[in-house]
Amino acid sequence: MRHRIPFALAAFVLPGAVMAGNLNLSVELPRIDVAEYHRPYVAMWLEREDKSVAANLAVWYQIKKAAAGSPNPAGGAKWLPDLRQWWRRSGRELQMPVDGISGATRAPGEHALSFASDKGPLANLPAGNYKLIVETAREDGGREVVDVPFQWPVKQAQQFKAKGQAELGAVTLDVQP
Amino acid sequence: MNFFFKTMAVAAICLPLSAMAHKQWLAPSKTVLNVDQWVTVDAGVATDAFVLDNNAMRVENLTITAPDGTTVQPENAATGKLRATFDLQLKQAGTYKIAVVNNAISASWDDNGQTKRWPPRGATFTAEGFAKEVPADAKDLKVVQSLGRIETFVTAGKPNATALAPTGKGLELVQVTGVNDLYVGEAATFQLLIDGKPAANVDVEAVANGTRYRNAIGEIEMKTDKNGRFTINWKQPGLYYVSATITDDKAEKPATSRRSSYAATFEVLSP
Repeated sequence: MRHRIPFALAAFVLPGAVMAGNLNLSVELPRIDVAEYHRPYVAMWLEREDKSVAANLAVWYQIKKAAAGSPNPAGGAKWLPDLRQWWRRSGRELQMPVDGISGATRAPGEHALSFASDKGPLANLPAGNYKLIVETAREDGGREVVDVPFQWPVKQAQQFKAKGQAELGAVTLDVQP
Repeated sequence: MNFFFKTMAVAAICLPLSAMAHKQWLAPSKTVLNVDQWVTVDAGVATDAFVLDNNAMRVENLTITAPDGTTVQPENAATGKLRATFDLQLKQAGTYKIAVVNNAISASWDDNGQTKRWPPRGATFTAEGFAKEVPADAKDLKVVQSLGRIETFVTAGKPNATALAPTGKGLELVQVTGVNDLYVGEAATFQLLIDGKPAANVDVEAVANGTRYRNAIGEIEMKTDKNGRFTINWKQPGLYYVSATITDDKAEKPATSRRSSYAATFEVLSP
């Protein structure tokens, strides 16, 4: 399992490195020493100053649908509302899964994501003040929200760092012109 | 609407006089959910909201309004000693209104120094019975209508307001900022209506759950403005019991005074 992470990392970083006007972010899911560990649900999005959602970047959750006759007919989507802020700001209005945003839950470690300004969630993002929000909720565990304010676009590359207390490790945001 | 008339028949059962001092509540297991999820609701009557130590609520007059405005039935309804309970699967996206509406008329009068009441506990009010049992010349006759509405709200996915439309009868609450969008640190505003019109200058009380585990009740006291609006600043996350009562003379005959009460349970989340 552990060996798969660097490959996944490379796959995200390499295409990002050749594009201009990028948001590169790194999110660390800490290794948590508990008897029963479940990978957290994670949502990342860009928030406008009025707290509305400018762009959803990623939602990692258990996409699996419920089996017929399951006591939990909502399947893995049952726990999406536990990402309370994301659910309120946009999740409850989406038909999950959403192409390009939803993905499977990730193992502990550093995860890199890269977004180009000319396509995907950053395409047509107006200039302004934004916050990167990373929210995580873990089964039988805690919940945490980390935010990173930044301006878009930038004239020169800027790096912002934030850190969670328990459920999130380092969150690093590189904003490139 | 027809359940208002049906409920007249179960009047005295649903609102025994002794229960008036008690709080009746609906306590949903969660209020912010996804489509297809199940929610379970406890319905109890006791001195303190959400403390199961007295009696089950009578839920014969339960109406669940789905996000599209249709009525849906609860499942697994059961009545225990201390609470009634039922389940609901949220098959539609949007906001559900879960309401118990009771409408009762009772008479009391002075019979040679003794207070007489009719109908007796467990019996039902009828116009014929009233004419027969209550003396036409009863001394200090008081005939009171009690119109009570107990509600809670749950939402699957994106909230909507179809189920929240007021009926125009008695004391009701309508949302201004939302019924399942409640967070500590954000003021929530609601409006009270009496017979569909703004209910001004009404005392409103909000109490957070967990009174059993603290010394002070910690009520939040408010009063509606001229538009019937009031605003709550939630102090902590959890369930809240929000209630108000007004008395007026707009009673259904033969009652001469009307007591309209409203109580709702809201879930407040931490942001």
